[in-house]
Amino acid sequence: MTPLERYESLVDDATAFRAACDRPLPAVVRVNTIKTTVDRVLEALDAEGIAHERTDWHPGVLRLPEDSPGRNWPHAHGWIHGQEEVSNLPALVLDPDPGDRVWDACAAPGSKTTQLAALMDDRGLLVGNDNNLGRLSALRHNAERLGVTNLVVTNRDARNFSLKPLGEDSGHPNAVDAFDRALVDAPCSCEGTIRKNPDAFDTWSLDHVHSVAGVQKGILRRAVQATRPGGTVVYSTCTFAPEENEAVLDHVLAAEECRLVDLDAPLDGVPGVTEWEGESYDPSVEKALRIYPHHNDTGGFFCAKLEVGG
Amino acid sequence: MTNDGQRFDRLPATAAEREVAGRASRAEVIDWWVDRFGIDREAFADYTFWEKGAGKIWIFAADLPTPVDAEGVGMTFLRTRQEHWKPTTNAVQRFGGAATRNVIELDADGARTFLAGEDLDPEWDCDWGYLIVAHRIAGEREPIGVGLYVHDELRSVIPKGRRASVSPPE
Repeated sequence: MTPLERYESLVDDATAFRAACDRPLPAVVRVNTIKTTVDRVLEALDAEGIAHERTDWHPGVLRLPEDSPGRNWPHAHGWIHGQEEVSNLPALVLDPDPGDRVWDACAAPGSKTTQLAALMDDRGLLVGNDNNLGRLSALRHNAERLGVTNLVVTNRDARNFSLKPLGEDSGHPNAVDAFDRALVDAPCSCEGTIRKNPDAFDTWSLDHVHSVAGVQKGILRRAVQATRPGGTVVYSTCTFAPEENEAVLDHVLAAEECRLVDLDAPLDGVPGVTEWEGESYDPSVEKALRIYPHHNDTGGFFCAKLEVGG
Repeated sequence: MTNDGQRFDRLPATAAEREVAGRASRAEVIDWWVDRFGIDREAFADYTFWEKGAGKIWIFAADLPTPVDAEGVGMTFLRTRQEHWKPTTNAVQRFGGAATRNVIELDADGARTFLAGEDLDPEWDCDWGYLIVAHRIAGEREPIGVGLYVHDELRSVIPKGRRASVSPPE
């Protein structure tokens, strides 16, 4: 049984699901509004004869059906950034404001981090953390190319991330004692990226799913703890496994002061599942969003929004 | 006190407040951009400036208690502690659009050659030293990166990781 067959009982249209998973994805770029506007990017792409289609759900997300996005002037200027269409969702759901203090717990290689910076108008404080030093260099490279100036990059295990280096409890006027918002775009088994990475299942195993779920619970718990009461935490993965999605939410709802809230998504999807292989989860996990590849012709995705505090 | 290459220290506001030998002050860093490129001083009013390593200056849109133990604070901005201060490619792309001095605008062929990392021999009768190299795109001038103009030659100092071959329009 392949991992995809495992989920056919959850899917609304298994035939469409299978067919979509077999189709490759076009190159997609996000316009970097820190450096330019959508109109200038469209004008520059037209001038270079690079075909592009605007997505119908976000003016700054463009499909480039015939191009790899790395060899043109808009890319050289840091005006566009290659980012899978559905992966634009969690930063939009987190919806940070300029001036917020935001933690991106699993930030590398930085597509969502730089999108958060753009949504903040490059103001306020954005902390981009990752436990993998090699991937952090990709994050730094991308953030610099896109002109991000409000980012602090840290290299820690997010499960026990300390605010002390940011001045916690020092009484300093610029010290960070808690974040306003946090994004946990967790390391996962990546089943939803099969259209982009046909070898995504080569390393798949149920043991890996269970092991990564333990890490996900630890990171999401820490994100809730590090966010102020009333603040927002968004949890996302690019995988279908309920063990890595609803089960993680169920665990954190029981362990930390937080609740799931409705999310206003510009993409189609279906609610989170409350039962899976004999386990049942907190009914509020239905507020999460499962996106299958046939829903919007994208990769697969999972996204949930939490409010911190009782 | 000496410079510690493992952490970020905020720059002193002025030379009079300097405690670490050889460290540039915030005022000197801003003055350099204003003098060299004619950028309005106000463009940098809301930023803090930090040093990590020998003379690598970072520009940061927020503030934190100094020092900061991190891998990055804001973006790399300027290299000091060498004979001629040198802006970074990324800082020039981010802040150089407002420059009014020492900007050289290349034509389409020249811009492609420069982005590929190759040297050029353009007409230029102003300062030697580090220039902002720009071209016209989507109706406006846009900075590409840093060029070093010496001996009537414009050397491309685009970092290897940012060089690219761009095809001419069909």
